[in-house]
Amino acid sequence: MTIEAGVIVFPGSNCDRDCVRALKGMEGYRVREIWHRETELGGLDLVVLPGGFSYGDYLRPGAIARFSPIVREVTRFAERGGYVLGICNGFQILLEAGLLPGALIRNAGLRFICEPVPLECTNTNTPFTKKVPRNLTLPIAHGQGRYFIDETGRSKLEAEGRIVLRYAGGTNPNGSTNRIAGIVNEKGNVLGMMPHPERACEILIGSSEDGRSFFESLLQAA
Amino acid sequence: MRYVVEVHLKPEVSDPEGAAILQAARALGFDFLSDVRVGKSFEIEVKEGTEEKELEVLSDKLLVNPVVETFRIRRDDD
Repeated sequence: MTIEAGVIVFPGSNCDRDCVRALKGMEGYRVREIWHRETELGGLDLVVLPGGFSYGDYLRPGAIARFSPIVREVTRFAERGGYVLGICNGFQILLEAGLLPGALIRNAGLRFICEPVPLECTNTNTPFTKKVPRNLTLPIAHGQGRYFIDETGRSKLEAEGRIVLRYAGGTNPNGSTNRIAGIVNEKGNVLGMMPHPERACEILIGSSEDGRSFFESLLQAA
Repeated sequence: MRYVVEVHLKPEVSDPEGAAILQAARALGFDFLSDVRVGKSFEIEVKEGTEEKELEVLSDKLLVNPVVETFRIRRDDD
């Protein structure tokens, strides 16, 4: 079983190559880059929307990228049940595109935070998280990562088990609603997360290797 | 013809930037402030005859994230 993965490249993406490298380093993945002007995804199993500052974060993070031609295709792909992973700015784009509920706004402490954080995986029953350990460490790197959702939306997410990652160890680095760091859609095939799994795939760079578990999960699910 | 679209965070969304400005203003001795909320505004030149309704559609679709923001449109006749 091989997963055909595509990493979308927007003007201003800066984690696209990290994602490609991380996936190339995994057994069972073939990966290619897809420029945002393209209008077809081809026969992919997984689409990754990488981190960065698409369109310079103008207007709001992800607000302009969501109108890129390829995002229409990503929406159709998600509706057909394809796996979509939005990381950091990719998560922001998924929210702006309406593929996931809520919004990501300026960190409560106003500062850009770039550091490894403790996380808790609160639902291992999704295609992305079957092999993710309950306690893990991944880096975050964002200035606008405070997840906000109203009370109705939050209780719906909770009731449906769609909050898959929370900031743990008594931390909430950006002030997110209920420490939410990652959520899935109703069908479970779209995951948006602020932490960067692709930056935690090689011990050589001083990170954990916890990021690999997300890609291992997908391999098992596919 | 010009319109101005003013965008603010909804009242229930906390605004740390506004809070920091409030604190700074008080530190400077401006003790008459009780709250500060930061927003942004778009000055938009439009063709003659453009209706405010069209700007509402534009705001909903692009300028504003209705999950966290509200907006107000006013005509700028200066």
